[in-house]
Parts: sequence; C-alpha cells; structure tokens
Amino acid sequence: MRRRAIVLSILSSSAVLAAGWQVGVVTHPQSVSQSLDAAAPATGSTSGSTTGGATAATPTPSSAAAATPQQAAGASGTFTGAAAQTRFGAVQVQITVADGTITDVAALQLTDHDQRSVQISNRAAPVLRQEVLTAQSANVQNVSGATYTSDGYLTSLQSALDQAGL
Amino acid sequence: MTVHVFDTMGTTVSLRFAGALPGAAVLHAVEAGFDDYDRRFSLYRPDSELSRVARGDLALRHASAELRERYADALEWRSRTAGAFTPHRPDGVIDLNGIVKASAMAAAADLLDTAGEADWLLNVGGDILGRGTLAGAPWSIGIADPADRAGLLATLTLDGDRCALATSGTAERGEHIWRRGPQPAGGASVYRQVTVRATDIITADVLATAILAGGREQLDDATARFAIDVLTVAADGALTATPRLQHARGLSPA
Repeated sequence: MRRRAIVLSILSSSAVLAAGWQVGVVTHPQSVSQSLDAAAPATGSTSGSTTGGATAATPTPSSAAAATPQQAAGASGTFTGAAAQTRFGAVQVQITVADGTITDVAALQLTDHDQRSVQISNRAAPVLRQEVLTAQSANVQNVSGATYTSDGYLTSLQSALDQAGL
Repeated sequence: MTVHVFDTMGTTVSLRFAGALPGAAVLHAVEAGFDDYDRRFSLYRPDSELSRVARGDLALRHASAELRERYADALEWRSRTAGAFTPHRPDGVIDLNGIVKASAMAAAADLLDTAGEADWLLNVGGDILGRGTLAGAPWSIGIADPADRAGLLATLTLDGDRCALATSGTAERGEHIWRRGPQPAGGASVYRQVTVRATDIITADVLATAILAGGREQLDDATARFAIDVLTVAADGALTATPRLQHARGLSPA
C-alpha cells in the first residue's frame, strides 16, 4: 500500500520521466552507476523549471510510465529515468524490476557539487554536531524550541536575548 | 533592532523589528488578536468556547464559524498526516491547541503586513515566523538543544519563502502529543525534538507535531510530500537533517 503510494506520487510528479526509460535488462549492478554517471551531464542542460518535468518535451503519454516496464514481461533489472528538474533539484527515478514487477522505486538526486547521484529526494539523513554553539557565539536573534510556558520563558535563552535587546 | 515582549496563551511572545517599533495601535492589535484566539480556544479557560464544547454545554453545530473553521482545518491536517496529527484527545475532547497558536501567528503576520511592517520576527513560545531581513542579513534562529537549556544544536536562517520555523518536543510544556502505533524496541526512531522550516507557520507547526508523534515513517512521508526542511533529535541525541539543513551552522553530514 505504501509502496504503491510512493510509486503513484513519483509518477504523478515526474510522469515525463517515461521519456527516459531505458527498456532493457540490466544484469550487472555496476552498469547502474555507469548509466547514472553518464546521465549526470544532462543535468546541466535541463532548464531550471520549477514545474517538475513538465517542460521537457515528450511524445510519450504519461501512462506509459507505468506501462513500459510491465510490457517487458519477465524483465528484471534496474532502470533509470532521465533527469528532471524538481523543487529538490535535478532528480531521476530509478526502479528495480523482478520478473516484470516493480520491487523498488528510488528517487536519485543529482547534487550540484560533484554531479554524483545520491539516493535521496528530501529525505533526512544523519548529521553530526560540528561545533558547540551558544547563543552568545551563534549571533542569533531568536531561539526555536519546544513550547515553553511563561514561567519557562523566564529561564530560557530567548528571555536572555530579549533582555539584552539582541 | 527593537523588541516587544508580552504574555498570551500561557506563553511569552517576543516580537522584534529591524527598525523602530510600530505605533502602539499596531502592537495593541497584535496582542488583542492573540488574546481573542486564547479566549475562544483555550482549554485552560473554563469559560472559553472550546471548553464549553468539551463539556457538552455547546453543540459543535451551534459553535462560532471561527471555531468550526479551525476544527475543519485541523481535520484536514489529520487527513494529510494519516492521523499523526489529530485534534482529538484520547478521551474524545476536541483540542485545537496544535493549530490555534500557529493560526494566531498567521493572523498577526497579516496584521503586520497590512500595517506596512516589512522586517520583523515573531517568536511565540519557541515557534517563529519572520519577514524581511535584519539590516540586509537573514534572520538567524538558534535551535534549542533539548538536553541543555543553555546550548544550541545549530543555527538556521529564514531564507526567502521558508520563513516559518516550528519546534515540537518533549522537553518543555506538553504539546498534546499522542504517539500512535507500536514504537520500535529501544525507541531508536522516537524523536525527542523535531524542528520544521516551511513557507507558512501552520504547516511548520502541524508537521513538527505530526513527525514527533509519528516517528520516522511520518518524517519520510512529510519530507516527500511537503516543501519543508526538518531537523530531528532522537531520544539518544542522534540528529538527522534534510539536505538543505545538513550544512547549517553547527552541523555537518555524518
């Protein structure tokens, strides 16, 4: 159920990716990263549209996004769509197919830094505290935290900032 | 920079302006707006309209349009978050606390916008909404460390249209978080604090609450479907952040 929701949301937002499906069987996992690297330069030529992939010309009806992989009956492997501009940046959709059935869908984001793909869209990932920050050192005007009462405010950092007029 | 501080809704409001304070009439209108919301929706006030609904003294269909609209908003958000955010207490009482404060903040923003105020920063009990800049620099917000009242986890800025920031947590006043469903052994995916940056304060506040209640599944669902940035603190102190926050000051990707 959840998987289906993800598939539908990706297809509806990036249906144009159908134009980029490579129909075929990819048997070696190594070729996946090769195809991603090869696709990366295309990012630069993608226009800065904020309307998902809607601006990319495609002769293929959007319904083909679902139909194409299934037509390759019994196909297995990993298929990667063309890059499309989304609000997260350039994104490709990659599906894993086993015997003609989609078993996994992943959104691959092409970062601006090194044009390598990472498997996220806007997914949260672990981060580390890089430095110890205090209100004094951080030069902040406000502090966001769990809701405090008026009493709690009195001993909060926010109260100190307010009293200091910072 | 100038600061105006006042108490309402059981908490304290800090309202900053990059320049001079606006006239007393504007400040009074802002305070009165919050007090109106509190008088109507507070369950801490036995005489509020919502308390009368909760006691059964007032049928929902006879309640004010304002109350029914906020209840409808809350039900809409319950639907959008698959129930992780809910206006219904376990005992069945309608509790609009999760949406009323943010609604009052949005109303205050409208008032300030209408008054022509361009550069201000509103903090209501730790939830923040801003406009404009401080002398050309974006407003900078520290995210409280739930384990250290004097410390900050990171600093975020209110950039462009992502001008609303809400934090839900278990460290301070109970925020009416009712965790649902079985939680994993060890509580690894149970968050102690969730901060959401969004384009409007209601989205930020509701989704911070929903992710705190719904855990990792709700986090992934919310980040996939809404234009938000999220910073979470797990019970063991571990942090996660969405891409745009991973290089916020104080943080680095693991």
